Amino acid sequence: MAELLFWPALLLYGEAAVGYLGDVRRPGMAGRAATWGVRLGWLVQTALLVVQASRDDGFPWGTWAASLNLFVWFVVAAYLIWGCRRPYRLLGLAVMPLAAALLVVARVGGGTGAGTHSQYSNLFLVLHVGLVLAAFAGFTLAAALSALYLWQERRLKRRESTILRRPAPSLAVLDRLAARTVLVSVPALSLGIGVGIVRLLDRGDRVDAVVVTTLVTWAVWTSYLLVRAAGWSGRRAAYLALAGFALVVVVRLALPATHFA
Amino acid sequence: MRLVLVGTSHHHAPVELRERVAFGKDEIHAVAERLGAAVCLSTCNRTELYVETEDVESAEKRCVEVLAELEPALYRLHDEAAALHLFRVAAGLDSLVPGEGEILGQVRAAHEAGTGGGLIDRVFRHALHAGRKVRAQTAIGESPASVSSAAAALAEQVFGDLAGCTVLLVGAGKVSDQASRNLRSRGAHIAFVADSKTDRARIEEELARADVVVSSTSASGYVLDAPTVERARRGRQLLLVDLAVPRDLDPAIHELDGCYLYDIDDLEAIVAETLAGRRSEAERAEAIVASEAEKFHEWQASLDVVPAIASLRARAEEIREEELAKAEAFLERLDDGQRRAVEAITAQIVNKLLHLPTIRLKQAAAAADGVIYADAVRHLFGLGEDDD
Repeated sequence: MAELLFWPALLLYGEAAVGYLGDVRRPGMAGRAATWGVRLGWLVQTALLVVQASRDDGFPWGTWAASLNLFVWFVVAAYLIWGCRRPYRLLGLAVMPLAAALLVVARVGGGTGAGTHSQYSNLFLVLHVGLVLAAFAGFTLAAALSALYLWQERRLKRRESTILRRPAPSLAVLDRLAARTVLVSVPALSLGIGVGIVRLLDRGDRVDAVVVTTLVTWAVWTSYLLVRAAGWSGRRAAYLALAGFALVVVVRLALPATHFA
Repeated sequence: MRLVLVGTSHHHAPVELRERVAFGKDEIHAVAERLGAAVCLSTCNRTELYVETEDVESAEKRCVEVLAELEPALYRLHDEAAALHLFRVAAGLDSLVPGEGEILGQVRAAHEAGTGGGLIDRVFRHALHAGRKVRAQTAIGESPASVSSAAAALAEQVFGDLAGCTVLLVGAGKVSDQASRNLRSRGAHIAFVADSKTDRARIEEELARADVVVSSTSASGYVLDAPTVERARRGRQLLLVDLAVPRDLDPAIHELDGCYLYDIDDLEAIVAETLAGRRSEAERAEAIVASEAEKFHEWQASLDVVPAIASLRARAEEIREEELAKAEAFLERLDDGQRRAVEAITAQIVNKLLHLPTIRLKQAAAAADGVIYADAVRHLFGLGEDDD
């Protein structure tokens, strides 16, 4: 059943990615079709996660690949909050190909099937993995918003004549949304890390590279909030968000093999 | 019933002619009343009279009397051509700037002030629907079509919602005035208007509070230079629109972080691009309008066969009731449930028998054979013969 749900989810995310590309060339029908692709794809992926949860013994997203599956769901969910509005379709061009690609990686790693057994307790994994992944999804969206900010600012600086023909969300709105997303994500990451550290101390485990990099990531995103409170905004804040996202990529893709081993 | 359109527009008459027959909001109802079942659409680009009539010649004559001064520049359209024209007008496809948004409201106002009958009411409702559909499904009306509206749209690209945005106007002029009106209509607050007598210190003081600066003086040098702007704005984002020739604002301002300076050439390039976009969207809009006009034509054509369909159904129902009445002696022996079943079955037989002929008649009407088929049905079933 889980296998059967994976393909339509991937197909719909892929359709959304292609649709958003078409929308850039000719705004209209392709963009609307893409938005429906995101909505339906997300619903199908939700069904996939529900099937995984009902079939598995314990927390079903405890492996690196399965957590990637859950991460994709969080990212698309976060995008859906704004993605249905027309100016944010451009954001879909960044988010949806990434979501489709990561879903494929999750499947290759065996993270989209059902019937696995986790060695960790449910409560720990729900809190630790769930909160960390939700925070990372938020950071991903904040980085996409920041990238869109930099692109839009570049267009304004270049005085591109197409700027009103293909309007994007305003600089002020992009800046504000990125900040709000980080404001929600940092507490989630703090809690997720907190739960992980409590368990680490409890079991007397060693601090591995993922833990260190995650702490650095937390420090970067927390400093993002601090410098914003001190008056940073716009381009400088956007670059800092992208730097924070680079760390998310490192934690999410490069290092988990050791953490989940 | 026939639809007649007599009118003129910017395509056929210059403004000196059009202004002679421009009717105000309070006059269009009187004009419509004078013509009978009619609507008078009068905007700065057109004056058109739509009349529902049985006598086309007489209706045209009455319209020409109203627009007598424009006789050589008048166009006359009938039925489908008139409807298609109205659909294009409502969609903004016949406007000076393709897709301009004001026309839809003007068509609605004209319809409300009209004295139209069933046909004219239907054609205007359908035209408004077509206009809304074009705006919803294409981007034809989304981009600005003038330098002044482009300036306001650019401000929205920087600040989003302009409510709470503060505007500093330096100098005055027609375009600057239009730009300030556009900004105000989007919620911006015009905080200060500086003229040639305003001293620089005051301008700098106002600059510290401004989000948008619109400048259009006739000064020979720069009114604001980069160091002044950098000092005054205190790190805040600033959009500066320079409408003056020679320019008022130092081009180096654009190099400052968070400052976006657009001169008249930049704005004109943006407008040219958006107009090109409107023209490409117009192709899609034309397809939507053509499809809506086709639907209207089908509805109008179906009117030819509606009486025949109604008579046929009435005749069938009459026969059914007569036959049930003949069988009353037998039906009396049935209980209520069985009687209802007989009623339902006979009604269903009639409906099933008439379903296909009804559909075919409507299809024939859409293909312009409606009247022939309607006559054939009347003849074959003897419809209306009892009345003679």
